[in-house]
Amino acid sequence: MKPERKPELLATAPSFLWLVMFVLVPVAIIFAIAFRPALPAGGIGEGWSLNAIRALADPSYPALFARTIFVAALTAALCIATALPVAYAMARLTPVWRSRVLLLVIVPFWTNFVIRVFAWQQVLHAQGYVAEALRFLGLLGDNDRLLGNLAAVTLVSVYTYLPFAILPLFAAAEKFDFGLLDAARDLGAKPLRAFYSVFIPGIRQGVITAVLVVFIPMLGSYVVPDMVGGTGTQMIGNKIAQRNFTDRNLPEAAALSGALALLVLAPMFLRRRAKEA
Amino acid sequence: MKPSRVPLITLILVLVFFYLPIGFLVLNSFNNSRFASKWSGFSTRWYERLGDRPDIIAALGNSVKVATAASLVSMILGTAAAFALHRYKSRLQDTHRLLVTVPLVLPDILMGMSLLLLFISFGMSLSLFTIAVAHITFCLSYVALVVQARLQDFDFNVVEAARDLGATKVQAFLKVTLPLLAPGILAGGLLAFTLSIDDYVITYFVKGPGSDTLPTLVYSMIKKSKDLPVINALSSIMLVVTFAVVAVSQRLTRPAPVA
Repeated sequence: MKPERKPELLATAPSFLWLVMFVLVPVAIIFAIAFRPALPAGGIGEGWSLNAIRALADPSYPALFARTIFVAALTAALCIATALPVAYAMARLTPVWRSRVLLLVIVPFWTNFVIRVFAWQQVLHAQGYVAEALRFLGLLGDNDRLLGNLAAVTLVSVYTYLPFAILPLFAAAEKFDFGLLDAARDLGAKPLRAFYSVFIPGIRQGVITAVLVVFIPMLGSYVVPDMVGGTGTQMIGNKIAQRNFTDRNLPEAAALSGALALLVLAPMFLRRRAKEA
Repeated sequence: MKPSRVPLITLILVLVFFYLPIGFLVLNSFNNSRFASKWSGFSTRWYERLGDRPDIIAALGNSVKVATAASLVSMILGTAAAFALHRYKSRLQDTHRLLVTVPLVLPDILMGMSLLLLFISFGMSLSLFTIAVAHITFCLSYVALVVQARLQDFDFNVVEAARDLGATKVQAFLKVTLPLLAPGILAGGLLAFTLSIDDYVITYFVKGPGSDTLPTLVYSMIKKSKDLPVINALSSIMLVVTFAVVAVSQRLTRPAPVA
């Protein structure tokens, strides 16, 4: 029996059309507006122009892109390194404790993002307890600041993305057969060796998901470098916002966004290729 | 050989790391001093101060309006999407699935920027309406995800049974399918509500002048270093509300007890 098409179309149309209109078309518009001239008052001119594309040759951009990729990669690496033992420990808990701890991990991820970053701004403040304690111990100079550098941006980024890394790793670890670790130990592997050679390969899919859910959004990071970073820690997202809201040059903001979109999509296409191969 | 204690210790340290800044913020909201580093006695004056801030009340109103609209519309669109993706296997659904996934992986800043350019290109003035459209777009995908997970253990034989017993398609849907799926749909709606209330980046791009939501107002207060203790008090209230919402959604998503 050939299934009728009409119910399928009726159920699919609302979300399909909405997403075409408000996701696909807008992303296409980014690439179109990158080729438009900018008007002085912040508008978009008629006709076509390569000015915004040429502006991508800005001498400060290679460093900006390198810094963005570096911070995103470092944050992803630190998140995975921390989340692996956490996921392992959670998977070994009794079911009751497992769901309790899972809730404790999820709650900070549900709390307001701006507030979490603000809380860190207060903690790392120049007159805060942490800075005073470090000064007392002689670890921080009188004029040194904890905020405004890449270390602060990375620390707070790890804080905001760590739950995203823990969840897929925990989901994978929960399905892992821990008998394999005992077997590895019985065969003489040290605990650390068993962890690297048996546990991590066993939850490989979870590790890949965790890397992607941290690395990709981090490439578009904007709030954290804006709030706890300084002039030397700008990422691509900050530059897009600056072109957009301060310089009022929409075509240049669009060109930069287009470049970021390609940077984000590249690893996904590479992955698809790798999967098909 | 004794299993290593390192993972458990890491887990405990991570939980401390998660809650320490939040705890510090709540504690400071009761600090009489306006400076975070000096404790000068317990006070609720920052909470009292909240009442005299019409801008905060207005922004809260905007946030609630947008989140209500976004969660209601995305519940309908997302549930329909989940149904289509679950029931039909076709080329169309492969494309549909890809479309539903894009908002989940697209960085916020690209979503905000692209929607801003769309609204400008079509000459739409930025307002609460454009914020709601943007929020519906990302909430839709999350609702679809939650409802799809729920559909995995849904027994469609129950619907067939209702049809065999003489229910019309519409009756079977309204009296059997919908009530059984309601907890999943509601959990998706709650997730949409919190995501909408939480959003800063996308809102910042598509909001018009004067249409501040709570996160955009708080952000500009932080940027101007204005009334930081008041932000502490406001944040603490928002934390309590979040915990309450999480508790409710935990109840909804918990598998029904086997009678």
